[in-house]
Amino acid sequence: MSDHPYVPEIAVDREGNEYEVQGWQGDFFGGKFGFWLFMLTEIMMFGAMFMVLTYYFTLHHDDFINASASLNRTLGGFNTVVLLISALTMGLGLLKMRHGDVKGSKLMIWATILLALVFLGVKAVEWTAEYNHGIFLGLPALQGGLPESKPFGEIMFFGMYFTMTGLHGVHIIIGIGLMLWLLKRINAEKVTPEHYILHFNLALYWDLVHLIWVFVFPYYYMIGAGLSTGGH
Amino acid sequence: MSKSYLDLGETHCAIGHPKTAFWQWMLTVDHKRIGIMYAAVMFVFFFVAVFTALMMRIELFAPGAQFLDGDTFNQAFTLHGVLMIFLFIIPGIPAIFGNIVMPLMIGAKDVSFPRLNWATFWLYIFGCLVALTSLFNFNITEGEVLFNFADTGWTFYAPYSLNTGTNVVTTLVAAFILGMASILTGLNFLVTIHRLRAPGMGFFQMPLFVWGIYATAWIQLLATPVVGITLILAIMEKYFGIGIFDPSKGGDPVLFQHLFWIYSHPAVYLMILPAFGIMSEIIPVFSRREIFGYRTIALSSASIAGIGYLVWGHHLFTSGMSDLAKTIFSFLTFFVAIPTGIKFYDWIATMYKGKIILDSPMLWALGTIVTFAIGGLTGVTIAMVGSDIHLQDTYYSVAHFHYAILGGVVFLLFAGMHYWFPLVTGKFYKESTAKVAFYLNFVGINLLWFPMFIAGYLGMPRRYFDYLPEFEIYHQVSGVGAIVIISGLVLMFYNFLSSWKSGEAAPVNPWGATTLEWYTPTSPPPLENHSKVPYVDFGPYEYHHAEPKVKFDLATMKRID
Repeated sequence: MSDHPYVPEIAVDREGNEYEVQGWQGDFFGGKFGFWLFMLTEIMMFGAMFMVLTYYFTLHHDDFINASASLNRTLGGFNTVVLLISALTMGLGLLKMRHGDVKGSKLMIWATILLALVFLGVKAVEWTAEYNHGIFLGLPALQGGLPESKPFGEIMFFGMYFTMTGLHGVHIIIGIGLMLWLLKRINAEKVTPEHYILHFNLALYWDLVHLIWVFVFPYYYMIGAGLSTGGH
Repeated sequence: MSKSYLDLGETHCAIGHPKTAFWQWMLTVDHKRIGIMYAAVMFVFFFVAVFTALMMRIELFAPGAQFLDGDTFNQAFTLHGVLMIFLFIIPGIPAIFGNIVMPLMIGAKDVSFPRLNWATFWLYIFGCLVALTSLFNFNITEGEVLFNFADTGWTFYAPYSLNTGTNVVTTLVAAFILGMASILTGLNFLVTIHRLRAPGMGFFQMPLFVWGIYATAWIQLLATPVVGITLILAIMEKYFGIGIFDPSKGGDPVLFQHLFWIYSHPAVYLMILPAFGIMSEIIPVFSRREIFGYRTIALSSASIAGIGYLVWGHHLFTSGMSDLAKTIFSFLTFFVAIPTGIKFYDWIATMYKGKIILDSPMLWALGTIVTFAIGGLTGVTIAMVGSDIHLQDTYYSVAHFHYAILGGVVFLLFAGMHYWFPLVTGKFYKESTAKVAFYLNFVGINLLWFPMFIAGYLGMPRRYFDYLPEFEIYHQVSGVGAIVIISGLVLMFYNFLSSWKSGEAAPVNPWGATTLEWYTPTSPPPLENHSKVPYVDFGPYEYHHAEPKVKFDLATMKRID
C-alpha cells in the first residue's frame, strides 16, 4: 500500500461548494463501527449458546442445580473480580493513551496481561480439580449409559460448562496475544495518542470478554449456590 | 493509452511491492481483482458440483443401480450440496459483484478495510482447502482403499451426522471457516456502505444493488455466528460426547435443526437479495426508464432480510414442533412473499412503456422472472403446514429449491456477468452465442426440474438412488434437461473466456447506464476507480428520453449536462 501521507480528496458540487471525501484511510469512526459489528457477531455466538443452555435448564432443572452446586464458587468469584479489575486497567490504559501518557498506558496494558494470566491460572486449577474428580470432557462420568455416568442434566451442564468456559478462555488467550501485539505497535509508534484505533478496539474487545464472563459466572456458578450452603 | 486495473503493477498489495504479475494477484488488495479471483475459484467448484449432479442424474436415468452404489450416491449429493451451498452460492454474488461493483457504485476507491478483504479471500481459500481435505480422506486397510467422505447431506442433521463413521467433522470445520469469511465480508461491506459513499449520496440515492448487498451484509453478520456455534457444538459432541444433540444423553436432536436453520434459512435470503439487486440494475438500463418504485424495492430488501429471520421453523414441520409454532411459522413464511411480490410488480411496471432492448443481460433477467416466479410460488405452497406434510423431503421441494436458487440466484448471477462483463474485462462477448447459451439454459432448467414437481407430488422421495418404475419417465426427462443445461453452461463459459482473450474492445459505459460504476475514465477501470469522486445530488436511475440525464466529463468527473 501507499507509503505517502494520505490527503483526503475534495468533491465539488455544481455550485462550487467543496466536500471532503471520506477515504478508507485513517477512518477512525469506520474502524470503530467495524469492530462494534464484529462484537455483534460474538454476542450472536454466545447468545446462541446461552439459548441452548436455557433450553436445557428448563428440561433438566434439578440436575442443573445439583451440578452447579458442585462448582467452586470461591475460585469462580475470585476470577470474576480479577476480570473486572482487568477491565478497569484496560480502560485506564486507553484513557492514559488518549491523554498522551504512553508510558503509563503501557504499564496498564502489562497489568491487564498479568491479570488475564492470573485468570487463566485459576481456571487451570479449577479444571484440574474437576478432572481429578472425574469430571471432564470425554471422561466416563460424562458419557451416557455407563455405570459411573452422571444423570442426563448433569452431563449436559458440564458439557456446556467446559465448552463455554473453554471458548471464553480461548478469547482470553487471543486477547493476551493481541495486547502483546498492541505493545509492539506502541513501541513502533504505530499506535500513538493521535492514532489509537487499535488500542480503542482492543479495549472494546476486552470489555466484551469480561461482559460474557459476567453472564457465564451467575449462570454456571450461582444457580446452585443455594443448595451447597443449605438454603438461605 | 492509460492503464487499467488489470495491467502489470496497477495494484496495491497487502505485503510489500512484488514485481511479478503472479504475486501482484496473490497479494492484491484491489477490490476488483479480489472479486475476479473469487469468481475464478467459485466457478471451478461450481463445475465440480455440476459434474457430481450429472453423475447422480445419469445414475437415476433408469431404475436400479447402474454405476453408483447407494453409499457413493449419498456422498455425491453431500458433495454437491456442500460445494454449491457453502463454497459457491453463499459467498457467490456478494463476494464477486459485491467486491467488484459495489465500491464503484458508491464512488469509493476501495472497501473500508482493503487488507481485511484480502485476508478474507485467503480465509475463504483455506476453508475450501479444508472442505477438499474432507473429500480426500482415504482409509487404507489391508490393501483396500476406502473412500471416506461425509454422506449426511449438506444439512448435517444430528444425531446421524455425529454417529456416522464418515468424515463429517472436517466438513463442519470447513463450513465454520467459510462462515467466518462470510462474516468478515459482510462486516467490510457494511462499514464501506456506511462510510465511503460519495459526498451527497444518501441511502436513498444508492443503486439498488448496493441496497441488496447492504441487507445481505446484515444477514451475513448476524446469522452466520449461530451456525458457527452450532457446528462447534456438533464437533464437541462428536469428539467429547457432551450430549447436546444426543437423545441417549438427554439431548435434543431437533435443537440442532433449529440452530442450523436459524442460520440457513436467512442464508437463502442472503443468496437472493443481491441477486434481486442485479435484477434492479438490469431492468431499468434495458428498458431505458427510471425504475418504478425505487423506495419500495429498497425497503423490501430490508424487510425480506428482517422477516427472513423469523421463518426458519418451516423446515421443521415434520420434525416435531407444537401445532401453534407450526401455524406461526407458516404464517410468517407467507409474509416473505409480500415484499418479494412488490419487487416483481415494480420490475414489471418499470418495463411498462419502456423501450425494451432484448440483449443477453435482459434476456437472463426476464427468464429469471419466469423461473423465480415458479420457484417462489411453489415455496408458498410448501409453506402451508398441510401440504408440506405431504411434500416434505420429496422431489417437489428439490424442484422448488432449484427453481428458486438456480433459476433465481444463479440465473441473476449470470445476468450480472453478462451485464458487467464489459466493465470488468473491457471486452464484449459474442452476443449471438450468449443468446443461444441463454435459451439452452432456460429450456434446460425447465426440462430438468419441472418433471420433479410432478414426481414429487406423486411421492418420489429426495436423496434416493433408486426408485419405482412408474417414476422412470420423469427421471428421463430430467436427465435430458441436465444435458441441455450443461451444454448451455459450457457454451456460456466458453463465450466468456474466449471473448475475454480476443473479444471486441468495449468502450466506457456501453449500455448507456446511469449508475456510477460505468463512469470510469478508462475501460476497464483504473486502479483507484473514478478519476475524481463526484458529488452526488441525483438519483441512481434518472433517464430523459431514454438517455442518461446526468452526464460527466470522465476525466474530471465534472457534470456536463
